[in-house]
Amino acid sequence: MDYQTSIWPLAAILISLLGAIPIMLSGRSPNLRESWTLLAALGKVAIVVALLPAVLAGGGYEFVIAEVLPGVPLALRVDAMGMFFALVASILWFFTSLYSIGYMRALKEHAQTRYFASFAVAISATIGVAFAANLLTLYLFYEMLSLSTYPLVTHEQNAEARTSGRKYLTYILGTSIGLALPAMLIVYALTGTLDFKSGGILAGSGASPQVLGLVLVLFLFGFAKSGIMPFHGWLPAAMVAPTPVSSFLHGVAVVKVGVFSILRVIFHIFGADLLLDVNLGVVITSIASITILVASLVALTQDNLKRRLAYSTIGQLSYMILGAGMLSAAGMTGGLLHIAMHAFGKITLFFCAGAIFVAAGKKYISQMDGLGRQMPITYLAFMFGSLSIIGMPPLGGFISKWNLVIGAVSSDQLLLLVVLLVSSLLNAAYFLPIVYRGFFARAADPVFDEGIREAPLFCLIPLSMTACASLALFFYPDIFLRLAQLALFP
Amino acid sequence: MSASNLHMYVMIAPLLTAFFVNLLGRRSRAWLAPLALGSLAFSSLASLVVLGRVVRSGGYRYTVGNWTPPFGIELVVDHLSALMLVLISLVALAATLSALKSAEQELPGREHLFFTLYLILIAGLMGLVLTADAFNLYVLLEITSITTYGLIAMGKGRAPLASFNYIIMGSIGACFYLLGVGYLYLMTGTLNMADIARILPDISGGAAVATALAFMLVGLWVKMALFPLHGWLPSAYSLAPTGAALLVAPLMTKVTIYLMVRVMFSIFSVDYLFLQNPLVQSGIVWAAAIGIVCASALALAQRNLKRMLTYIIVAEVGYMVGGVWLANSTGMTGALLHIVNDALMTLCLFLAAAAIYYRLGSLDFDRLQGIYRKMPVTMAAFTVGAFSMIGVPPTAGFFSKWYLILGGIESGHWEYVAALLFSSLVNAVLFFRIIEIGYFFKSGEHHGHELREEAPLLMQVPLLISAVALIVIGLGSGPLVDSVIRMALPGGF
Repeated sequence: MDYQTSIWPLAAILISLLGAIPIMLSGRSPNLRESWTLLAALGKVAIVVALLPAVLAGGGYEFVIAEVLPGVPLALRVDAMGMFFALVASILWFFTSLYSIGYMRALKEHAQTRYFASFAVAISATIGVAFAANLLTLYLFYEMLSLSTYPLVTHEQNAEARTSGRKYLTYILGTSIGLALPAMLIVYALTGTLDFKSGGILAGSGASPQVLGLVLVLFLFGFAKSGIMPFHGWLPAAMVAPTPVSSFLHGVAVVKVGVFSILRVIFHIFGADLLLDVNLGVVITSIASITILVASLVALTQDNLKRRLAYSTIGQLSYMILGAGMLSAAGMTGGLLHIAMHAFGKITLFFCAGAIFVAAGKKYISQMDGLGRQMPITYLAFMFGSLSIIGMPPLGGFISKWNLVIGAVSSDQLLLLVVLLVSSLLNAAYFLPIVYRGFFARAADPVFDEGIREAPLFCLIPLSMTACASLALFFYPDIFLRLAQLALFP
Repeated sequence: MSASNLHMYVMIAPLLTAFFVNLLGRRSRAWLAPLALGSLAFSSLASLVVLGRVVRSGGYRYTVGNWTPPFGIELVVDHLSALMLVLISLVALAATLSALKSAEQELPGREHLFFTLYLILIAGLMGLVLTADAFNLYVLLEITSITTYGLIAMGKGRAPLASFNYIIMGSIGACFYLLGVGYLYLMTGTLNMADIARILPDISGGAAVATALAFMLVGLWVKMALFPLHGWLPSAYSLAPTGAALLVAPLMTKVTIYLMVRVMFSIFSVDYLFLQNPLVQSGIVWAAAIGIVCASALALAQRNLKRMLTYIIVAEVGYMVGGVWLANSTGMTGALLHIVNDALMTLCLFLAAAAIYYRLGSLDFDRLQGIYRKMPVTMAAFTVGAFSMIGVPPTAGFFSKWYLILGGIESGHWEYVAALLFSSLVNAVLFFRIIEIGYFFKSGEHHGHELREEAPLLMQVPLLISAVALIVIGLGSGPLVDSVIRMALPGGF
């Protein structure tokens, strides 16, 4: 496959990074500041979309930033897999920017300039991870994302937020420095390169299965942003952040950067064939299965809506890893697709949770009885999001889960089929009661709830759009499907 | 001045200026800045020219006054010493900019004395990296040490006591080194390093040579504060006047690492050091690894920014000693690259500490609340330095750590790999603790609305330059390694 040299991948990353500067400078004029955010978001979508046709045609772009280590430059490459993730992230950043404006202003949050600036840096890092051409570049942007989201988690600056911030860094930095970095160095010592290559670079390195297994486990746990157990504790803690942060970063960007990194390692460092040869897929699928089931069970017990969503996220993220670990064509496709499908669904749910908090000031599910009658649009969107994540047609989530099921069957891993089905039931069990109680239960405190109306339009429009997108993805999954297939079977 | 002895002027400029600073600075402090900065700016430019010439046409040896070695004084200008020369003069220049302000505040009326010692120290450091003579090395080591004792003793409070501790330990270290040189002189009858190296393989008396090596190494380890010989360093560096710490902290330990490399590979052979005594070699790596872990743990216990930084310096010494003794070219590359990077990171962090101290008069953690709001520029640069210490790409610290860990993996020294990773994690804890205190604690007294009160421009400029340099060196570490560090690897790698 040939890649053209082009500076546009770098531009796609830099546009929001440089956008952070005018954002910081125009802190005194919120309208101007938010225009910069929206401008950068639109520009980013435009650049990413402009790069799309060449990738769909089977080509791509690359750009070398600097030659830093022998055999490992800091380099960017737009291939199908990177494009897949960049497309999801940049589109959803635009919606989140709109939503952030409504949310942050409605709640009169403090330190909004820092908030928007950190957000801009975070999305740059996310696109950087997507377009990284090798593991070192990916690691660089991965760390950049960890550091830029720290101020967002600690946003409230009270004792709870500081504790969560500390927990966040401990998990994320601790695992990336303590586990992923040595794993990367071992790969480099074995192969002399870190380039992402279709079919992997470790095949033929002569490493023993034990070493390969060790490296795999180091990577799986090292990219703890994927919320894989037992390194998931940071995600529920990070829910103290403002809701737009939870929705975009902890529903889409940060967590999926973790999954994306793991999938990159599985597909393009190890290669499915090598993993099949040494039979390491089972390591991946068992860790992922445990995470899926435990997280779904814990989600049932959470009364705080955002925490329930967080545990749901932990479970769903492991679907993607599970799919990749099946090492069958349909399974891997399903795992990759679930990145996009879950992103649209989960961000809708978080947007709704934020809208409920803005409009009604409620965080706990037990207080939300009857709220759906006052906020019908929000609750309808919530239902779409839930159904998508449960995997019901006609919503996008069905497509990815269908592929996962086929993957499990076609590779004769029937135990995984059971995991998928049980988990889907659990998903339904923790999501649908929320919708049901919202519409049909009697309000707990009718007098107090009387004046509640829908959230501001800046909140309402994005959540409706992402809900519709979830629906549309069932009927038109073609772009993502094609990108996934290009990524896996070039 | 001819082109071929430019390196002499690099060293002589600060030495001569030291006398003028004393004479003229006594009358008016207005002389201090132009003299000190002028001479160091000259040295910086000249050293860059020297390095450029070495990179283009290779290193060379120089005999002072045309007295032929082994009797005359010989200097060696190769890739490594030219690089060190550049490093010393640039770091000294940046440190001096900031030291001018802090000395004005802390040492009114004694500034000319301070800068006299300061410039002699710089000249001594430059001499150390140039010399090719084992005894001259001792003399210059004492020149730098004695000036440092003086500088540290000018500090407030218990600084004289810290300086006295340092004198005791430093003198022991120097004596050890001198004893080692004495043994070698007895065995070979010469003090010129190349000459000793030529004669050593032909003589019998393995025990005496081994004793000489051991004495010299331990002497240098005391001087570089390798754990557990570090006891003198934290107090000495944290109680020294701010301006003195600015110069001494980034350079002194790093130059001593350079001396260890110079002594090891100019006098002894790779074969003798690593292959004949593999137990010693891996023992030293183990000691370095344990030192890294212990020093990092001690850093965790500190409640003062500067004391914390001094323990990090001790840990970093372990990085480099371990890297050199890994006995492979990756580890060696990492150690040499880390000399440069660590000097810059330490400079950046100490410059930031100096700026904070200038405004707050304290570096205790509980005084740092709200410091990001008060001094945003300073703290932005501090954060870059902190990331480099943690080893976040693309800052310089990541890349030298990369080579060091890789060297550890290649040679199978997993304890060293684990120690480095542990220390990186501890650094993350250390620095994020400060970021949390400085950024996210709302200061109780002012309700988060502290007045913005940045350090003077003279302190901010070198700080910002050093922070930018960390990123530039990080991104440029490929070319730096290819064109300088690889060439600077001692023969046999």
